[in-house]
Amino acid sequence: MSDLNKLTIAAARDALRKREITAAELTEACINAVEGADALNAFVHKTPEIARAQAAAADTRLAAGGAPDLCGIPLGIKDLFCTKGVPSQAASRILEGFRPEYESTVSQQLFDAGAVMLGKLNMDEFAMGSSNETSCYGNAVNPWRRANDDAALTPGGSSGGSASAVAADLCLGATGTDTGGSIRQPAAFVGITGIKPTYGRCSRWGIVAFASSLDQAGPMTKDVRDTAIMLRAMAGHDPKDSTSAELAVPDFEAALTGDIRGKTIGIPKEYRMDGMPAEIEKLWADGTAMLKDAGAKIVDISLPHTKYALPAYYVIAPAEASSNLARYDGVRFGHRAKLAQGDGITEMYEKTRAEGFGHEVQRRVMVGTYVLSAGFYDAYYNRARRVRALIKRDFDLAFEAGVDAILTPATPSAAFGLGEMADADPVQMYLNDVFTVTVNLAGLPGVAVPTGLDAKGLPLGLQLIGRPWEEGDLLNFAYTLEQAAGFVSKPAKWW
Amino acid sequence: MLDLTYEAPKAKVIAGATGDWELVIGMEVHAQVATKAKLFSGASTEFGAEPNANVAFVDAGMPGMLPVINEGCIAQAVRTGLGIKAQINLRSAFDRKNYFYPDLPQGYQISQLFHPIVGEGEVTVEMGNGTARRVRIERIHLEQDAGKSIHDMDPHMSFVDLNRTGVALMEIVSRPDIRGPEEAAAYVVKLRQILRYLGTCDGNMQNGNLRADVNVSVCRPGDYEKFAATGDFGHLGTRCEIKNMNSMRFIQMAIDYEARRQIAILEDGGKVDQETRLYDPDKNETRSMRSKEEAHDYRYFPDPDLMPLEIEQAWVDDIASSLPELPDAKKARFMSAFGLTDYDASVLTAEVENAHYFEEVAQGRDGKTAANWVINELFGRLRKEGHDIDDCPVSPAQLGGIIDLIAKGEISGKIAKDLFEIVFTEGGDPAAIVETRGMKQVTDTSAIEAAVEQVIAENPAQVEKAKQNPKLAGWFVGQVMKLTGGKANPAAVNEIVAQKLGL
Repeated sequence: MSDLNKLTIAAARDALRKREITAAELTEACINAVEGADALNAFVHKTPEIARAQAAAADTRLAAGGAPDLCGIPLGIKDLFCTKGVPSQAASRILEGFRPEYESTVSQQLFDAGAVMLGKLNMDEFAMGSSNETSCYGNAVNPWRRANDDAALTPGGSSGGSASAVAADLCLGATGTDTGGSIRQPAAFVGITGIKPTYGRCSRWGIVAFASSLDQAGPMTKDVRDTAIMLRAMAGHDPKDSTSAELAVPDFEAALTGDIRGKTIGIPKEYRMDGMPAEIEKLWADGTAMLKDAGAKIVDISLPHTKYALPAYYVIAPAEASSNLARYDGVRFGHRAKLAQGDGITEMYEKTRAEGFGHEVQRRVMVGTYVLSAGFYDAYYNRARRVRALIKRDFDLAFEAGVDAILTPATPSAAFGLGEMADADPVQMYLNDVFTVTVNLAGLPGVAVPTGLDAKGLPLGLQLIGRPWEEGDLLNFAYTLEQAAGFVSKPAKWW
Repeated sequence: MLDLTYEAPKAKVIAGATGDWELVIGMEVHAQVATKAKLFSGASTEFGAEPNANVAFVDAGMPGMLPVINEGCIAQAVRTGLGIKAQINLRSAFDRKNYFYPDLPQGYQISQLFHPIVGEGEVTVEMGNGTARRVRIERIHLEQDAGKSIHDMDPHMSFVDLNRTGVALMEIVSRPDIRGPEEAAAYVVKLRQILRYLGTCDGNMQNGNLRADVNVSVCRPGDYEKFAATGDFGHLGTRCEIKNMNSMRFIQMAIDYEARRQIAILEDGGKVDQETRLYDPDKNETRSMRSKEEAHDYRYFPDPDLMPLEIEQAWVDDIASSLPELPDAKKARFMSAFGLTDYDASVLTAEVENAHYFEEVAQGRDGKTAANWVINELFGRLRKEGHDIDDCPVSPAQLGGIIDLIAKGEISGKIAKDLFEIVFTEGGDPAAIVETRGMKQVTDTSAIEAAVEQVIAENPAQVEKAKQNPKLAGWFVGQVMKLTGGKANPAAVNEIVAQKLGL
């Protein structure tokens, strides 16, 4: 069998269980693919030796029978996850040389299920960014290009390396994290599926924190079924994370029946933004029609506080980040600036953090520090928290009124060119998150599914937002949409 | 229990050049929670370990590490709250207090600013002469301790020990109800006593397990009463906070110095600046640590890593039902049940271990006698050896045995002291020692008569002198006691000597 790296997780699982292929062969195919894809800059640290050892162990387990779904499946791990003994830097210079003595709960669960780690994936520094351009490793590159145009495009962010690697078939799936859209936006930009689960579904233990009340890990995969399979292995209660939910993890794959008859899909009018490209309008309308054709009832709904979501998000997330990133001070690990004669602890902090943090991280730390300051706390942070409660209430009311899921665009546009936003106001970049941040603020599950191509041949995705803890139902809507859209396009290999 | 009623003591007055001044003092006592594990990490809290031996990844502020609340610490805080008759908040929450310091690895301390676990309570502080100050407690909140920076090990570098980082503290915040240096020290003594009775803090001030920040201001007589009536702090002077005091003596000296410093400023027409100060015991002065302008902006906000803490009333009730008898109640009971004086009851209840010891000795015996033996003989002897009750070589049963032998008239008080010394240094059952070493008091008059006759027969010259001067009978008594090894009943000896000498 050739091109094993192009398999989906489900197909590889079945072939592995039938012993048609071995984990070692599959892993070797992926290692080769990774080796040949340096131009994508998706992997920032490769771990072929670990991968080969894990593959060998997986083959033993597979031979014994009864191995879990992910046994022998090669994955990429976002650099935000701490992986024991393997560089874990959150794509930041400040964590230079940091090799954790511990394994994040999510990656540990994946490895316990037999998954194989190919390496660490590129991302925006500390997951702050929408184009992967804030990475200390340089940006990852989108495997897609506009028709008849060699310009390099962003894979989105912050999980840009994960998106690029999965779309380019370097691995079968990847972990991502999503604080304001960091799984869903890049998934949409590269034509793959990614879910941000309900807040508390996956443990945050061992994942470098950006904004603790918003961060959530999730899978990024080639299709909805793979997302269901991988999410099941990542999810679950963790006593080491007080915010993780003590709930059983259902078999999400079993929920993929494709039957959504009698279900209600809400279309929120506030997501119809001024100046929205016609292509996005059409994509959304087409998706709505597909779900209707599949037997769902379509209702117009209102989520009236949507317009306040982005400003509230850009108060709360930086506020938490400013505190979460205080530990990067040069005292115990990572980068420490060289000090001049007479420099004291204050100079050590200032120089270390000035050298170690990139501009976007510095901007957010400063914004966050400002909004928490005495005298500004009520005007910004507390007000943003109240807005957050209202946004959550908007969703609660919609679900109480009988809506089962909400359909929106995933992004305001297709992938843009790298460097295109270099001189733009930072708010222009933040607007990438306009459809996704509400979901994080409300703690809900949201999934991005590719459903079409734009006029230049770039993938576009829609977002489905579900009820809390009902990722199974949500993924079934996504699956139905995926089946109806029949999106099968792949980027032409140029790298 | 007895209800002890007290008058409020007078406020300390300091005479200034322009008239009298009074002191107003509020305290924040940091008490290390007695638990085996830290507040959020599970690392050990054992004192005296090698530097950085008791450090979990959470304590070191490693990336991606998350705090998980130690339920034992919550129980101890609740127990403490119940011990000071405080309101227990069934819903509380943790906040982050942000600042940079090398011994604060996370870059923030997890504390409870907005919703503390314990609300209002009170502590009664006896000040002698039937007076006591009722100090109201505003709140108790749980928070993490910081680590230790060490600056004197190397000329160029500082070192950090994180063993203490993340250890649970209770910050016990009083209202400004304390009115003098002695009251302040007595308040800490009382609080410490309550904590030790409850077993929620070992109260070891030397190790820093109990330390106090003291807020001091001065005002004119009458101003405090206006404040008390209105709650308006405008009636009080500007306060300064003296940080990190861990000795009762220094607390008093620092307050006294600080009050006089403020008075001097005010009488010179100056203004007291609100600031944080440190006390230097070598120079007996307080020095500015940081002014209000330099004060940190801690940027408190709710810790998103921790859910609000919700506890059940039934759980609180369980803890309440397991509370031990507390110092005030125990003291009152000792006075009523054993007939002790206020002073003796205070001495015996100061430390809970002493109280337990006394109570075992006093059980079924005369309380006052037991108190005398415990306070005078036992405590005196322990002090001499530098021991305390935990390593006391005499058990309550042994001391009780000695008291029983006196009560039964088997040994004299004097012999009892010798017996106590033997038991203290060599151990053993008092009754058996008395038996085997022949220490029993001789009350058999025929044996005493024989001894008296022997002394008279051997000392005819003395007999003659004694007949002239009856006071010399005492010499015969002494000889008889010597002959009997001190075991003869002294009253019987006196009587028989007088009779045989015909006095």
